Amino acid sequence: MEIWRWVFIGILFLADFIVKIEPFKLGRSQPTERISGSAGDVLEDDPVGRLKVFVYELPSKYNKKILQKDPRCLNHMFAAEIYMHRFLLSSPVRTLNPEEADWFYTPVYTTCDLTPNGLPLPFKSPRMMRSAIQLISSNWPYWNRTEGADHFFLVPHDFGACFHYQEEKAIERGILPMLQRATLVQTFGQRNHVCLKEGSITIPPYAPPQKMQTHLIPEKTPRSIFVYFRGLFYDVGNDPEGGYYARGARAAVWENFKDNPLFDISTEHPTTYYEDMQRAVFCLCPLGWAPWSPRLVEAVIFGCIPVIIADDIVLPFADAIPWEEIGVYVDEKDVPNLDTILTSIPPEVILRKQRLLANPSMKQAMLFPQPAQSGDAFHQVLNGLARKLPHDKSVYLKPGERVLNWTAGPVGDLKPW
Amino acid sequence: MKLSALHQSYLSRRSNSFRSSGPLDSASDAGYKSSAAVFWLILHGLCCLISLVLGFRFSRLVFFLLFSTSSSNLYTPPLRSAAELAKTLDVHSVQSTNPVANTLQLPLPNKTATNSRVIVGRHGIRIRPWPHPDPVEVMKAHQILERVQKEQRLQFGVKDPRTVIAVTPTYVRTFQALHLTGVMHSLMVVPYDLIWIVMEAGGVSQETASLIAKSGLKTIHVGFNQRMPNSWDERHRLESKMRLHALRIVREKKLDGIVMFADDSNMHSLELFDEIQNVKWFGAVSVGILTTSTNSAESLDRKEDEENPRMPIQGPACNASNMLAGWHTFNILPFAGKHAVNIDDRLTVLPRKLEWSGFVLNSRLLWKGGEDKPEWIKDIDMLDGDVESPLGLVTDPSVVEPLGSCGRQVLLWWLRVEARTDSKFPPRWVIDPPLDITIPSKRTPWPDAPPELPAKEKPEMGIQDPIVKHATKTRTSRSKHRSKRKHETRTDTQASTRHAEQN
Repeated sequence: MEIWRWVFIGILFLADFIVKIEPFKLGRSQPTERISGSAGDVLEDDPVGRLKVFVYELPSKYNKKILQKDPRCLNHMFAAEIYMHRFLLSSPVRTLNPEEADWFYTPVYTTCDLTPNGLPLPFKSPRMMRSAIQLISSNWPYWNRTEGADHFFLVPHDFGACFHYQEEKAIERGILPMLQRATLVQTFGQRNHVCLKEGSITIPPYAPPQKMQTHLIPEKTPRSIFVYFRGLFYDVGNDPEGGYYARGARAAVWENFKDNPLFDISTEHPTTYYEDMQRAVFCLCPLGWAPWSPRLVEAVIFGCIPVIIADDIVLPFADAIPWEEIGVYVDEKDVPNLDTILTSIPPEVILRKQRLLANPSMKQAMLFPQPAQSGDAFHQVLNGLARKLPHDKSVYLKPGERVLNWTAGPVGDLKPW
Repeated sequence: MKLSALHQSYLSRRSNSFRSSGPLDSASDAGYKSSAAVFWLILHGLCCLISLVLGFRFSRLVFFLLFSTSSSNLYTPPLRSAAELAKTLDVHSVQSTNPVANTLQLPLPNKTATNSRVIVGRHGIRIRPWPHPDPVEVMKAHQILERVQKEQRLQFGVKDPRTVIAVTPTYVRTFQALHLTGVMHSLMVVPYDLIWIVMEAGGVSQETASLIAKSGLKTIHVGFNQRMPNSWDERHRLESKMRLHALRIVREKKLDGIVMFADDSNMHSLELFDEIQNVKWFGAVSVGILTTSTNSAESLDRKEDEENPRMPIQGPACNASNMLAGWHTFNILPFAGKHAVNIDDRLTVLPRKLEWSGFVLNSRLLWKGGEDKPEWIKDIDMLDGDVESPLGLVTDPSVVEPLGSCGRQVLLWWLRVEARTDSKFPPRWVIDPPLDITIPSKRTPWPDAPPELPAKEKPEMGIQDPIVKHATKTRTSRSKHRSKRKHETRTDTQASTRHAEQN
């Protein structure tokens, strides 16, 4: 009977291989290269079976009601927190038995308090998070068991769990004291920064996959733009003197290359933005007020090599994706020599980068499709969480032991939400 | 993208509408330090006034000088809003001084993160000493682009591309250089092998030969001993005969490839050459017809129609399942009686029902005794009379393959624009010897040119000479007439030889 079991498993494996659903059909027989980062060839790992996640049942005032008040939260670049919740609710890694769970997820939408223009205000987010944690620590024993070390939270806002949009204020506040032991899944990543906790998982900002797919052009359209960028160079509203926005890097790009025919850069908003990216070889992804931007996701999807101009930035899934081989890193101080840097890259290296970008698993890993597909960003997050298992023994606290200071932080945070 | 631009612009709106909440928050925090708060408020007001006067945020400079050690506590929001008040003043002058005064300004660190190279605060905008493109690098970038595009063609383009055989009937006339250069440049950029068969009415001439020699393509220049007639109908007929003759040459030389008809006044897009590589035996593409209507009354009539005047298209028509269902041909009815008969007429020139340029065929169809030739192709040697359109070459029109996503893409445009038959032009468009002072003749056969007064001659000559010498921009037809007149007077002696060429 042993042999039949193995034959059966072999047939299942073969069938699965053949019937593999083709996610996000883009590459049509373009030769691609396998992508393996510092953690190995893990982009296509399947998290099912490697971890179990328990989703806390919070009252709907923390999630559903907020979303009902403002459904615009589903489309902006911070929508990952909502879609992650929905994905986990119906995912096979979810378990209803908290005793066997490896990770605990708290569905609280902290980035859904939007201005009339659609941008999130972080002023109430610390209080909301604090109130949610107080709830789960009083209703379930699992928070107190580890003081949150086996819990993970999604904080996709500008500076992560520092909950502010201005960098100086965010640094002042620091990471919310309650979240000092939890794993944070955030978009922000900068090395040696107060707001990036050790062990955080960096995710790409949300970009609508349907919208990008409708703007695809035939692959044989020749790439005739050398460098492409659309966006602000000077933020006159918030930084009238200049020098603060993007640490002067975007302004340096403009001043040095505004009359260079190789650089197609401007502040216009063309309707053919996605199509133009598919006709470009390099796409600039400089920092803005925060080091990350959705341009990275767009560049990867459209096969344009990202030129990352942000010192010490941590890019999404940095252990699974070898970004140095895929994109070009340029120090902010080297921006005036950007044309020399880009033209001195040998063509074989450029072709290799394009082959890596064409790998469908690379493009899948940057997206949050609904419904979730294998290899997408949701699965990469779960893979990242699975790689952190098993939890270290020190994670579990002795009963009665307390590490976190519940009254730390600005006085305004202590008010109930 | 919109989202990120919004991200950048949101801070302005947020801070504008919620500026009050910022200081309020800090005020609530520092509520118990009321005296200190009052002091800071007064200082803040003073700093605001001084900043308003000076136009920049000098208070930061003061603080930097006074408190050169860690100053994180002193960076309070009121200073930021002082800048926002100052922003309404002279933003442009401040901005413009930034790049000029750019020698790395000292960054003012407020709170440096541990061990990081990144400092929060103000940074200089680095501009290199000569911020202009370097030609060597531009060349390198173009080489990179070429390599990338070559790779793209290898991967996504046509596998095993076939030679393109372009057939062009032409004859020497004023606009020949204009039209033929256009076709020549299009053919020179085609990334596939090309053979260009140029059929010339009136025999092989030096004029045409020197033009096509500049192309560097493989050309077959054949003369046809009939002269090009004056009426459009007869012209079309002669062109069809010339094309058939070219097809016979293809058959004799056993040229292998795809035959396409590149009329010399047509405009081709490069996608056309990529698309015709997909033809198996006999294909058709959609041709846009550009009809010139110089008659303003006619265009008024057009405007009275409800729909916008659309460009007529000739080509294959497909049904819902992308199979050939019929043909879009040119509708002559709107132009009844108002179209050009002779080349000189300044009326709309009409194409025929189906133009030759919209068809492509595999050259193996023309070979004698091909093994796998389909039966529906007629033998060209048997055809003698005028073949109105290439459909006359096939017995069964339904075998034609529609190209360009079933005729939906317009890949070339048909146009016929010719100068007056008696218009003169310098041989090979070279004015030799160069013109000096020319005297315009007063007796002209053209009624619309006004007679010139002797008093105005000299200044006008001065103005017109450069126009004539450059020979590029002759915007109005009157100046064109004047320049032609000058050519007449200068080249009177050579008129006899040119007459022979032209007519």
